[in-house]
This record gives sequence, structure tokens and C-alpha cells, in this order.
Amino acid sequence: MTSTTPSTGSTSRAPVRRLGDRLFAGTSRGAGILIVLILAGVAGFLIVQAAPAFTAPRADVPGGHGVVAYIAPLLFGTALAAVLALLIATPLAVGVALFITQFAPRRLAQGLGYLVDLLAAIPSIVYGFWGIAWLAPRLTPFYAWLADHLGFIPLFAGPASVTGKTMFTVGLVLGVMILPIVSAISREVFLQVPSLHREAALALGATRWEMIRMAVLPYGRSGIIGGAMLGLGRALGETLAVAIVLSASGGIVTFNLISPDNPSTIASNIALQFPESTGIGVNTLVASGLALFVLTLAVNVLARAIVNRRSQFSGAN
Amino acid sequence: MSQTSAPQAPAAPSPPPTSVQPRPRLPRWATAAAFAGAAVVAVLLGVLTALNLVTFVLYTAVVGTLALWAVSRRVEGRRKAKDRLVTSLVLGAFAVTLVPLLSLVYEVVRRGVARLDGEFFNSSMVGIIGPGGGAYHAILGTLIITGLTVVMSVPIGLLTAVYLVEYGTGRLKRAITFLVDVMTGIPSIVAGLFAYALFAIFFGPGVRLGIAGAVALSVLMIPVMVRSAEEVLKLVPNELREAAYALGVPKWRTIVKVVIPTAIAGLGTSVTLAIARVIGETAPLLVTVGITNATNLDPFDGRMATLPVFAYYQLTQPGVPPEFGIDRAWTAALVLIMLVMGLNLLARLISHFFAPKTGR
Repeated sequence: MTSTTPSTGSTSRAPVRRLGDRLFAGTSRGAGILIVLILAGVAGFLIVQAAPAFTAPRADVPGGHGVVAYIAPLLFGTALAAVLALLIATPLAVGVALFITQFAPRRLAQGLGYLVDLLAAIPSIVYGFWGIAWLAPRLTPFYAWLADHLGFIPLFAGPASVTGKTMFTVGLVLGVMILPIVSAISREVFLQVPSLHREAALALGATRWEMIRMAVLPYGRSGIIGGAMLGLGRALGETLAVAIVLSASGGIVTFNLISPDNPSTIASNIALQFPESTGIGVNTLVASGLALFVLTLAVNVLARAIVNRRSQFSGAN
Repeated sequence: MSQTSAPQAPAAPSPPPTSVQPRPRLPRWATAAAFAGAAVVAVLLGVLTALNLVTFVLYTAVVGTLALWAVSRRVEGRRKAKDRLVTSLVLGAFAVTLVPLLSLVYEVVRRGVARLDGEFFNSSMVGIIGPGGGAYHAILGTLIITGLTVVMSVPIGLLTAVYLVEYGTGRLKRAITFLVDVMTGIPSIVAGLFAYALFAIFFGPGVRLGIAGAVALSVLMIPVMVRSAEEVLKLVPNELREAAYALGVPKWRTIVKVVIPTAIAGLGTSVTLAIARVIGETAPLLVTVGITNATNLDPFDGRMATLPVFAYYQLTQPGVPPEFGIDRAWTAALVLIMLVMGLNLLARLISHFFAPKTGR
């Protein structure tokens, strides 16, 4: 190579751009750009398909009161189920992450972590099966008890569902589904806690819990928050587990968690209605999907911002 | 805090620091004793209310934790007692987490094993009313659609990861990293709607195609693929790249001949895990591919059956004597779980057996 070019000894500022290099660099760069285009395409095609629902006469939209009136109760149900799941999953997930990183014997820790990760591997439809066949029937006596004794709280006003296909069951199922995500991210952050911080706390005579409270949790806080928000994003978009478990009646807005009449969620409503829908009904469902997309996008962007802030910060500490 | 009680600090230094007596500690068997005692109490409580496994475990856990806390507080002091309480709670959280996993696997195996027979794997649902029938068509459909998804996603995902690790700089790299992160959060049903919307433009409304399902799954698989491949490529030591450059090897050949072979085990794991992630997806296929009773192996021609969608419809629309459809649904769920778990196991095995020797 070098012998062919006589002026090779001089300062060759511009390196040789070989054809293979250009091709390969171009292709991989193109793949990256393709991802940007796909994401733009998701938004674009959804808008195109959703647009007729906004321009159509309000009476033609399913429900008969326009697209906004159709989506609003669904949005409420989606948020209610997801927040409920988050409230159930976050404390448990943090406990699991603490157990695996701080309490469990080190040799067992990896295996236990894998066990929790298995929860994330199970397909969402199987969670639906489990929710309706195993969980829901076992919860009905509990719902009856709640309605009898705590009925004065609006959340448990009842009448209690006899099938167990309630918002509360959905919250539990979704909670189980997002738990591995929240726990995995918390675990990662807890493992990054500098061992000097932990050892210093222990050397000062702190008990293990005091060490966790003073060294691990402050360091891991943004990881927990970010993980919880990623879990929230997942819970918002869960489809079939909700579609199978929830006994939904359209257009309801209620905080009653244990009654047989529940608001539906956007994703499960799409799954239930889409196969039978035609014309403007499809456009309305796509519009509701667009709303879900925007909502999860916002939640995820926020979550990533929180998690990434931590990762920039952690190296130096 | 409580040990260092020095409000009268300037007083005589007469009591030397050694006089600080360590609090007595509970013996090692205290935990076991507390929970054994709690188990006895739990049986008594259970007889009073309702004795079954759930109440027994619940009572034992609660009573044991409280007893241990009370005793420890009395003997060891407040701080140690709190530590024990938290230990119990954290262990409890882990135990509670295992309940869904174990009960789910148990339930699916128990109900699914009834129809796990030869007929399930080699007959479709054509003309089936009542007993019999199987998921032959659905299993093949799942394999075809997942295969197409892999063919589309792996090159894009891998090349993007290569771009991010080897070439990317500045704003475009940051934008792609961020968008990939965002893309991992796209709800699966939205991916399905996107693919539907895309194909509806060309084929008209109501389109159902296997390839549309593959496109939807690709939207879900690509970000997973990029993310994990990126992590793997980052692990390749820079010394290897520099050694190749020093020998005058062009960059693209360095990547193809040095970087990727070094990372091949990790990449295999990434691909397998990404497949496991999408093979059980139901929602996008429900919207884009639909369901059919007959065996359709052409992803460019009409509806296809897929295993998750098959399971969903067999459960929700089981037919007139419902038990046969429901049995088929559970068996489909069992097969699905076995597929996913098998892929996860395969991924572990790949990373275990083909991992490069680090030399450390």
C-alpha cells in the first residue's frame, strides 16, 4: 500500500476513505437514521389515520358525543389502573431490590435476581389468564369484606364484584407486571452505590437499615423514581392483561375500585373493539391510541431524563 | 446516637470510654424461636378465624415479625429492633413477589397439561367444534411472523448499535440514543396501530397481513436489540480495535473481523432475549394479523393465526361447550411460556458457553 504512493512520508492530513469504509459507515448511519424515521412514522401514520375521527360529525363517532368525550373516560381509566399498579409495585420492588443487593447472601443474589427477571419474561396475555383464573376468584371474599367494613371510603364503596373482575384486580396484575422493571432499575442503581459510602456508615456503627437509609437510598433515589416512571409507562400501555381481567363498561368515570362497573383503559378498549370496528370507529380507536402514545411518550421522556441525570452523576462520585 | 450521651461533656473525665457497655444481643436462634412461636399462635388464630395455608403463613409472618421486634426492642434497643423489622419487611417483600411467579407457573402448567398432546401440535382448527383441534396453524404462524421480524430487526438493530458505538458522534448520536430509549416505551398496541395505519394506506381499511404484524413487532424489537447490542459492543476492549488499526486494518474490517467476532456470544444473547421479548406479544398481532382457523403460511396474503392471539380467542370465545376451547387456550399459554422460558434459558447458555475469555 505504502509503496505505491510516493508522497506517503509527508503529512497526509486527509486519511484515505476506502469504499468499504464509506459503505459501512453509511449503512450503519442509515440504520440509525431509519430509527428516527420509524419513530416519526409512528406519530405520522397515527395522526393520518386518527384525523378523520376529529373532522367527522360528533354523532358519527362511537358513543355519539365526539372524539374527546369518547377518549376522556378511557384516559381516566388508563391513568387510574396505572397509578394503582405503581402504588402497589414500587414499595415491593424497592424491597426486592434491597433484598437482592443488600441482604441476600452474595452467592444467591444473582440467582434470585434472575428469578425476579423471569416475571418480566412472561407474556402479558399469560398474566391475563392468571389474573382471571387464579387471582380474581381469590380476591372476591376480600372485596366483599372491604365493601362491608370499609364501604364508607369511596374507593371501596361497592357493591362488591362477585367475579373479581375489578379495577383493583387489574391494578394488582399490572403491579406484578411492572415490578420486575422497577426492581431491575433500582437494583442497578443500588449496586452503583460506592462501597466506601456503605462501609463508612457501617464503620460509624450504623445498623444495616441505617446504612441503607443514609447511604443507599439517597444515592438511589433518582433511580427508584426513574424506574417507577418507566414502570408507569409500561402499565399505561398494557393491553391484553387488562382486556381479559377487567369487566369494563364504556364511558364510566368512577374511583370505585371493587365494583363490577369499571372504566376501561385505552389499550384494552382498542384490543376489544378493533377487530369488530369499521370506518370511523377505527379512526376513533386510532385517535385514542394516539392519545396513549403521547401520554406514554411524555412519561418515558421524563423517566429517561431522571435516570440519565443519575448516570451522568454517578461516575464521579 | 443513644450511646454517645454527653450532655455534661465538660464534667469529670472519670468514667472512661470503656465503661460504655455494649447492649446485650439476642442469640442467633432468637429469629427462629420467634417465628416458631408465631407459627403456634398462628394456628390458634387460624382456628378462631379460618385456618388455611394463606392465613397460616400470613399470621406467622405478622406475629413473628412483631414478636421479634418487641423482644429485640426490649433487649437490644430501638435501633437494632428497627433493623430487624426492616429485614423482615424486605424479606417479606421478596417472598410476596415470588407468590405470583410460582402461582402463575403452577396454574398454567396444571391447566395446560390436559391438552398437551400430539393432536394439539399437528392439527389446526378447521372444522373443529367441541373437542380436539390444535394450534398447528398458530405455532407455524408465530414462527413465520417472528422469523420475519428477526430478519427485519436484527440488521437494523445491529447496524444502529455499531453506529452508536463505533461511528456516532455529537448530536445525531445523542438523538438516536434518546429516541431508542423512548422507543422501548412504545406500548405494544400503539406499534400495532402504527403497522395497521401504514398498511391501510396501501391496502385499504380492514387490512390484515402477516407482514404487517412483523412490522409491528419490529417496532418493538429494534430498540431492545439496539440497547443490548450496544451494551455488548461497548464491552469489547479498545485495545483490540487499536491493535487492528495499528496493523493498518480499515475500520470497517476491524468491526467485521475483530469487534463483532469478539462480541458474538453477547450478540447471540441479545438476539435471543429480543426474540423472547416479542414472541409473546399479543396486542399488535390482534390488530394487524387477526385470527383464522385454517393454516395460512403466506404472510403476504390475508389473516394468519398466531399462538398468543389463538390463546386469547380460545379463552374469550371458546365456542359452545366452552371447556374444550378453554383447555386449548391454557395449553397455548403453556406452550407460549415454554417458548419464552426456553429462549431465556438459551440466552443464558449462549452467554455462558460462548463468552470470550477475558483473561482476568
